[in-house]
Amino acid sequence: MYDVFIDPFVQMVQMPDLLVQVLWEGLVSGVLYALIALGFVLIFKASGVFNFAQGIMVVFSALSLVGIYQFLARNGFSGHLAAFVALIGAIGVMFLLAVAVEKIVLRPLVNQPDIILFMATFGITWFLIGLGEIIFGGEPKAMISDQLLLPRGSWNVDMLGGMVVFQKLDVAAAVIASLMIASLAVFFQKTRIGRALRAVADSHKAALSVGISLNQIWVIVWFAAGVVALVAGIMWGARSSVSFSLQIIALKALPVLILGGFTSVPGAIVGGLIIGVGEKLAEFYWGPLVGGGIEAWFAYVIALVFLLFRPQGLFGDKIIERI
Amino acid sequence: MKLSKAAFLLSAALVAGAPLAAPAPAAAQSADTIYVPLFTYRTGAFAGSGIPIANGMRDYLTLLNERDGGIGGVKLVIEECETSYDAKKGLECYEAVKPKNPVMVNPWSTGTTLPLIPRAGVDKIPVLSMAYGLSSSAKGDVFPWIFNPPATYWDGFTQILQYIAEQEGGGVEKLKGLKIGYIFLDASFGREPLPLIDKLSKELGFEAKLYPVAASDMQNQSSQWLSVRRDRPNYMILYGWGALNATAINEAVRTGYPMEKFISIWWPGEDDAAGAGPGAAGFKTLNWHAVGADFPLIQDIKTHVVDKGLSQTDPAKLGQVLYNRGVYNSMLIAEAIRKAQEITGKKVVAGEDVRRGLENLNIDEARLEEIGLGGFTSPVKLTCADHNGHFPTFVQRWDGDSYEKITDYAPPMSQYVMPLLEEDAKAFAERNAPWPARTEPCDN
Repeated sequence: MYDVFIDPFVQMVQMPDLLVQVLWEGLVSGVLYALIALGFVLIFKASGVFNFAQGIMVVFSALSLVGIYQFLARNGFSGHLAAFVALIGAIGVMFLLAVAVEKIVLRPLVNQPDIILFMATFGITWFLIGLGEIIFGGEPKAMISDQLLLPRGSWNVDMLGGMVVFQKLDVAAAVIASLMIASLAVFFQKTRIGRALRAVADSHKAALSVGISLNQIWVIVWFAAGVVALVAGIMWGARSSVSFSLQIIALKALPVLILGGFTSVPGAIVGGLIIGVGEKLAEFYWGPLVGGGIEAWFAYVIALVFLLFRPQGLFGDKIIERI
Repeated sequence: MKLSKAAFLLSAALVAGAPLAAPAPAAAQSADTIYVPLFTYRTGAFAGSGIPIANGMRDYLTLLNERDGGIGGVKLVIEECETSYDAKKGLECYEAVKPKNPVMVNPWSTGTTLPLIPRAGVDKIPVLSMAYGLSSSAKGDVFPWIFNPPATYWDGFTQILQYIAEQEGGGVEKLKGLKIGYIFLDASFGREPLPLIDKLSKELGFEAKLYPVAASDMQNQSSQWLSVRRDRPNYMILYGWGALNATAINEAVRTGYPMEKFISIWWPGEDDAAGAGPGAAGFKTLNWHAVGADFPLIQDIKTHVVDKGLSQTDPAKLGQVLYNRGVYNSMLIAEAIRKAQEITGKKVVAGEDVRRGLENLNIDEARLEEIGLGGFTSPVKLTCADHNGHFPTFVQRWDGDSYEKITDYAPPMSQYVMPLLEEDAKAFAERNAPWPARTEPCDN
């Protein structure tokens, strides 16, 4: 009992610098989870589809970026400028993917039950895995962090009787992800397209009746989700490498979505932070009691606890069905 | 109409991905060929480790076909089965190749190897789990169909401990009081040394700190490395695979862990260390064969296979750690087949013959020279009782660009490993009772 209920808190008080470090690492992971979850939310809001392909979109977009850069480098064009050309190229690839998904998958499936659309995203997943492996090969690739001017190194801050290490890359990831989330929020709240998206999210039929083009909205939303995936891919890739195992991390977005609700942008953000911080605290302070490795499933425990009290998620719409 | 179009599109999308997802061996063995299936993973989360090994294995066997017309004049039918390092797919591959009379299988996954152990004797197909799988399967009297040369994961762990003791200035008594961290893939492979760690930590007096990493968190190890920062282990030992290795090295650099004290079992390659940048210099791994392409055999592979477009290998990666690991694996396959031909007098050998070939394997310095691998590795000799050999390994250090050998070959601490192997083999047989007593004749 002492080990479970007392000792972890004693450790937090005795080593406050480590507590701050754990919270910081949790926040960074949380922001990145939120970024992945945001991709799911955008598409779910616009089309009611749970996009199973969001994880592979993270990998595919990052591979496109590195692949285009390597192609340019092989042809004698490398460095920062080439990296930003590759970045624009990767954004272009995600736009083409959005157009292709809308034309080939979504449009023919209009009015089909949600489960059909959901299954179609499985198809997109396997297609992108195959296509990615054919074009880029299965080997992990190093992210072009230096060329993209992503910082290396750390700021070591003496505080609370110890030291807290802030990796510059993590700070950059948190800032970029926050800016991205803020600009998406402004885009969807303040612009005409954003209002159209919200109208589509509320009712496809009503949106169509006032002249909103569903097809255009879908392309925009899948493109936005693609760009979000690209940013997530760059940040995760810079922390380790760009490989197909990154798509597994995208599954971490599931508890985030359960927690935050499938339709809420603020829910994705807050849910991501809660999951990120919660799993790091659990692994660090309680993990050793059971031999470690609890992070993989603890996120789901947090989500389930929240579900007991708010089945619709923290910010999800309350579902009222009359019978 | 709309529905059928939709169904068509969905099917097309699924079918497009299917060939990459499912094992689908197609070739068949004819009466005058030898069928050698290779379980490989060129796709999936572990492809980074799987691809160079698959290339090395395949290129060596292709060379024998191209240069020598096979082995003993018999062409090899080489067939890959994609497992994605998924034990279920590995077993599907096994079932798919079984009817074609393979002379052996190479599961390339501890998770696949374990369920094959009871089947191998029934199906008469030897399993070569080269330096992976169940450590105690080295006991040929209990596991006549399983071979795991040249060293077990337990051997490797003691070899790392020995190296640590040397760094501390003496014998294993120097381990007493040390805190040694063990970060590992939380799967059959990474858990394999846990019984040995438990025993040795008590006997030798070091404190073991365990940091399991789930496969789903291979690229998300910040929690484990935060714990490393808290626990401050004197040394860290890594048993990783795929992206886990690259991420662990990256995180160690980020955390500021002294790389000179970070030592791995033999699986990390060049790409794993290079991705972490210059800070990774000093990272160490075990190995038992050379790195580099300056061997006549590898030059022959270049000439007869790579330059002719018969390989999927990037020429720049010829001679890298994991490519050469694949070459070593196929050297064992080929030499076992050759030995089987020699013992039985048959040209087209079967699984039972190759099992005998493996038990009589004797690749000495002279034979290594003949193969074109003189100085590549230490000699390999197996017996009916010892299917592993527990051969020496050395430590290699990443200098920022490549691995360089920094120690001589050193044997494992057999005094600790062997009794535990005996116990574990006995326990395995009891758990799987009635475990068949060995009836296979012994040639040595």
